[in-house]
Amino acid sequence: MNAATYNFAYLDEQTKRMIRRAILKALAIPGYQVPFAAREMPMPYGWGTGGVQVTAAVIGPGDVLKVIDQGADDTTNAVSIRAFFRKVAGVATTTHTAEATVIQTRHRIPEYPLKEGQILVYQVPIPEPLRFLEPRETETRVMHGLEDYGLMHVKLYEDIAHHGRIATAYAYPVKVAGRYVMDPSPIPKFDNPKMTMSPALQLFGAGREKRIYAVPPYTEVKSLDFEDHPFEVQTFNEPCALCGARNVYLDEVVLDDRGGRMFVCSDTDNCESRRTGTGAQS
Amino acid sequence: MTDAPILEVRDLAKTYGARLGCADISFDLWPGEVLAVVGESGSGKTTLLNCLSTRLAADGGSIVYAMRDGSRRDLATMPEAERRFLMRTDWGFVHQNPADGLRMGVSAGANVGERLMAIGDRHYGRIRGTALDWLSRVEIAADRIDDGPRAFSGGMRQRLQIARNLVTAPRLVFMDEPTGGLDVSVQARLLDLMRGLVRDLGLSVIIVTHDLAVARLLSHRIMVMKDGRVIEEGLTDRVLDDPRQPYTQLLVSSIPQA
Repeated sequence: MNAATYNFAYLDEQTKRMIRRAILKALAIPGYQVPFAAREMPMPYGWGTGGVQVTAAVIGPGDVLKVIDQGADDTTNAVSIRAFFRKVAGVATTTHTAEATVIQTRHRIPEYPLKEGQILVYQVPIPEPLRFLEPRETETRVMHGLEDYGLMHVKLYEDIAHHGRIATAYAYPVKVAGRYVMDPSPIPKFDNPKMTMSPALQLFGAGREKRIYAVPPYTEVKSLDFEDHPFEVQTFNEPCALCGARNVYLDEVVLDDRGGRMFVCSDTDNCESRRTGTGAQS
Repeated sequence: MTDAPILEVRDLAKTYGARLGCADISFDLWPGEVLAVVGESGSGKTTLLNCLSTRLAADGGSIVYAMRDGSRRDLATMPEAERRFLMRTDWGFVHQNPADGLRMGVSAGANVGERLMAIGDRHYGRIRGTALDWLSRVEIAADRIDDGPRAFSGGMRQRLQIARNLVTAPRLVFMDEPTGGLDVSVQARLLDLMRGLVRDLGLSVIIVTHDLAVARLLSHRIMVMKDGRVIEEGLTDRVLDDPRQPYTQLLVSSIPQA
């Protein structure tokens, strides 16, 4: 198929304008879920249709795109979305966090600190943080509108009552700019502290649920907690088995059928940079 | 009792299309007073209760509530945010079916603590301590605090629902057939408990019931409803011992004498 038959970045201009309007509204009300008319994309729901549409609406010919899936640049989803935009937008792609201007991510925030001018686009499966507590969307919208968030703490209370601590490890709810409670997408709570006061622009796209929300640069993002059970992130006993990094998020890799396993960086770019001594590293 | 009613209702009306829910309802409720609304099913009792508690929008009339700060506010014009805040601090609503008033998916402790968290308490230990205190006041063993309401009997669920409502020290509690569907010995314990709590906390209560024995035990005053209108009202003993309206006489004489 000839890529030239596509409009730049696949979506037609009217659709991109519609998405940009939703993004602008989302930026004006940080953490608020803005409905948008999500299009059918040439990929199944759950593979990042929301993130791809947001990326398509914000990317320009001069941008450099990085796509990660659970921190890795070389997984199927990341490789195909990168290839998709190379084909339909002709943009340059990279695996280095520092070189990218637009980073589409599924379930991680890169270890290397983001800087001003960068855009982080999250793929979001379920944008509503109250979904599993209150199934009625009509009711959750009213709850957001009236800032009626007692229920969110009921969930955390239950965690402590049953597990002795807040057991939620990913998609950990946050409050944005002191107002809206937001689902940060299923990133590990290890990444939550990277969201607050980030110099980069953070956009969230949920394709199936047709919602866009955003955290503007330098916005306070606070993880919900109790005074006597403060928010804390996961810790790892050992450093990365490949690059020796500490204070990074590690994946467990099973090596054989006899219980052999190793813990390695989830962020493959950061791990490789550290081992080869090239590029920027944290 | 102070010199001003906590709730003033004037000419309240609610229709469902062409059908009448309730009409011409006027009364005052005083602090510390328990008012029973009796009548057979379909007489508009629950419609009235839902209108009073703003769970339903009334079609006419006014409901004026005396806020904690002494100001008098018309509930119909109160913004929804403020009304919700009122409902989870100053008011309680005890449903006939505990499953409607409880969060069945979370533990008893979380059920009691929800209102505290909703009004901004963010200290786990304190919330849990208050929950334990309230569970003991409604005679639920402390070791059941982490069990869900699904593991509770009907009577326990109802007591849990009462604890959940009273934890923020409300001033006005609405009850819709709180003893319905419970067997008589459990009913008796629950009534005893409610009578003690109402007296100790000085609650104002509007209780809807079709059980005249419940009305006699709990309430100071009775309103008898029929076909959406109040046909008789007065002190509980007067209404039950000397009913004036033919319908009230029928109602009173329908109690089987043991």
